[in-house]
Amino acid sequence: MDDKIVFTYDVPADDFSRAGEASSDVKSKLKQLGTPPDAVRKVAIAMYEGEINMVIHANGGTITVEISPRQVRMVLRDRGPGIPDVDLAMQEGYSTAPDEIRNLGFGAGMGLPNMKKYTDEMHIETELGVGTTITMTVNL
Amino acid sequence: MTLKDVQMVLDARVLVGEEHLDREVRGACGSDMMSDVLAFSHDHAILLTGLTNPQVIRTVEMMDMVCVIFIRGKKPDATILQMARERGLTVLETDHRMFNACGMLYDAGLRGGH
Repeated sequence: MDDKIVFTYDVPADDFSRAGEASSDVKSKLKQLGTPPDAVRKVAIAMYEGEINMVIHANGGTITVEISPRQVRMVLRDRGPGIPDVDLAMQEGYSTAPDEIRNLGFGAGMGLPNMKKYTDEMHIETELGVGTTITMTVNL
Repeated sequence: MTLKDVQMVLDARVLVGEEHLDREVRGACGSDMMSDVLAFSHDHAILLTGLTNPQVIRTVEMMDMVCVIFIRGKKPDATILQMARERGLTVLETDHRMFNACGMLYDAGLRGGH
């Protein structure tokens, strides 16, 4: 059986005040579908961190969310600069965000580690100058 | 402890969500860095922050927190208050600074998460 629901979102570049709208929408859709609250929260937090990253670092992009009975799969694709050293970027506290982003409450170097922490699977594909695609799965 | 207790301990003004003051509070987090808040897990928690931008409300929303408290008299704008209203959150404002506000709540029995 393959009753999969797919949603796609455009994440606009440099519009910090709207960052998180896609995650908020996914969260309410999952709630409506009766998804267990714990899984809803995991998806919401991981996707929100990713969405913020796309706005801060990567000139926006697209997010595709596939909801199936067993899992929620999120694919975040950006056209940003790419991540030069993924292992370093995964370290808690490591950040390349400028001070102006820190003043907005982000750039503590917890984004990618949080995404990993709240998902069952996370895969990063990145190419310098081309962009980054992050695929995350939360099992239901 | 309820949100009403939190409001009394902090001498806080209710900006949004007066009707939810009987909600239970089981934990608290004090930070201006939203990613640090997102790393924290606790049900029925509240957030104390000096940051006033829409991402504060989004963070609280993603975490299923019940209330945000703006410290040292920080004034959130109308957009932020409207976002909180739409999400059924309570927003409080206190003149106390972060360290003192957290200490007062700790003293009253509230604890942080893990």
